[in-house]
Amino acid sequence: MNQHASQHAIAVAGVRRVFGKGRKQVIALEDVDLVVGAGEFVSLIGPSGCGKSTLLRLVADLDTATAGTLEIFGKPARRARLDQDYGIAFQQAGLLPWRTVAGNVELPLKLHGVASAQRKARVAELLDLVGLSDFAKNHPDQLSGGMQQRVAIARALAESPRLLLMDEPFGALDEITRERMQNELVRICAETGAAVLFVTHSIPEAVFLSDRVVVMSPRPGRITGVVDVRADGLAGAHDRTERARDEEGFFRAVAEVRGLLHGAPVATVAADGLEK
Amino acid sequence: MAQIWDRFQAAILGLLGVATVVVTWDLYKAFGPAEGVLVGDTRVLPRTTERAMPHSWDMLQRLGEPVSALPDAPDAVRAVWDASMFSLGLAARGWVIGVVIGLLLALAMSGFRIVESALLPWVILSQTVPLIAIAPLVRRWGSELQIGGHVWSSEDSVAVIAAYLAFFPVAVGALRGLKSPDKTHLELMRAYGIGWWRTLVTLRLPSSVPYLLPALRLAAASAVIGAVVAEVSIGLKGGLGRMVIDYAVAASGDPAKPWAPIFGAIGIGLVAAGAVGLLGLALRPFRLTGVSR
Repeated sequence: MNQHASQHAIAVAGVRRVFGKGRKQVIALEDVDLVVGAGEFVSLIGPSGCGKSTLLRLVADLDTATAGTLEIFGKPARRARLDQDYGIAFQQAGLLPWRTVAGNVELPLKLHGVASAQRKARVAELLDLVGLSDFAKNHPDQLSGGMQQRVAIARALAESPRLLLMDEPFGALDEITRERMQNELVRICAETGAAVLFVTHSIPEAVFLSDRVVVMSPRPGRITGVVDVRADGLAGAHDRTERARDEEGFFRAVAEVRGLLHGAPVATVAADGLEK
Repeated sequence: MAQIWDRFQAAILGLLGVATVVVTWDLYKAFGPAEGVLVGDTRVLPRTTERAMPHSWDMLQRLGEPVSALPDAPDAVRAVWDASMFSLGLAARGWVIGVVIGLLLALAMSGFRIVESALLPWVILSQTVPLIAIAPLVRRWGSELQIGGHVWSSEDSVAVIAAYLAFFPVAVGALRGLKSPDKTHLELMRAYGIGWWRTLVTLRLPSSVPYLLPALRLAAASAVIGAVVAEVSIGLKGGLGRMVIDYAVAASGDPAKPWAPIFGAIGIGLVAAGAVGLLGLALRPFRLTGVSR
């Protein structure tokens, strides 16, 4: 798992993204620096309009930065996208409704020319991982929202990416389903060892899932602080169990993130934790 | 009884619908005033004379009788069948041409915004030109064309005019369909790093099916109308269009006769719509579009 430890999964330096021109100009991101290590779970959190989704989209090369550099495993974002270096999941599961569950998970493999027998084996493996083996032949409209999202995660993992980009994937789910999905995601990440960049606006979600939580503020969107959850006494993201939600370190980290979000001065901020 | 109803509900209702029309027709003919119903000088319901409204059974019976008094005249049903097949063939050619052109236009318009702004108004404008006006043009331009060894015929003109009507719903429907995938799906395709063509095949075409099927059905109906009307405008013999005109002449002495080609036209309209229905059956899986977000 640590064979790429020397290489960062994501390295963002001095990134700026401006939408529009002239007086209608909106600065979505200003002077953003961020490094995500291999196998590290990092969440981006902040109020609407703070640019957290924009940052994720820049990393995914779904959008282009106005200035600054982005490197994914040492490559430019565009190269990384074409090389399929990341898997991605959105708030909407985005399954193709005319394909079965298996057909949806298989799609990226099929588009990239993986042989049929290999595809079948990989799909079985992935559906097992997300606990949906019995639903391989169902269509997405026969699944609940949580199940659809699990299919989307399986699809994102199809090509065994070393980086997973997730844009509020549990945002549309109810609280109970949401916690179950978080537990599953922790397990899946531990099994795959992938680095994750996770966008959310739920503080407990960010703290429970992450190694580090990056707090952002709007107008212009910038990083205001970084909370290293491990420094608060929680285990690393890959070794976490659902009991972590009851630990003291969890509440400490939640309070710390909340302090940063609401601009209250917090004494012991690991804000300089941008490990370079 | 309930089981039979469940299984054949659509067929039973369909037959009831036809029966209602027939019964209404003959009841009105039996009890309606001979001069029809007038409001002021405007006749709101037709005359019930033999000439204006033949009995339904007379129309059916007429189909079984020879077309004319000539010794070798075929039965009317035979003549109508031949003419219907002729017109259906032309309509089908027109439909295929129209669908291909409509799809190509939609692809160009969905791919480039500037093409859409430039073309769409013309596409809509094209349908405001009366068929009667373009028929002679198509014929004249066509006669100056020479494609390989093929000499332009009146049949070609009729097929082109049918296509002129058929392409419109396809172009508009397919354009909406091709633009229908939501952002998440499009970004997913981009993340997969696949190009325009494979995005089209994987995503855009399948998600356009629910928009395309009604458009294709509309195009089929338009192609049939286009073919029949164009036969009249071009003056092409052998199809239903010309037959409607020919038989109408006989209306005074043989009032049931003009109805024969009308039944033929209804028949090929149903066949055309049915054929598209079969296509829809084959594309059934893709009609799920839009359920999952």
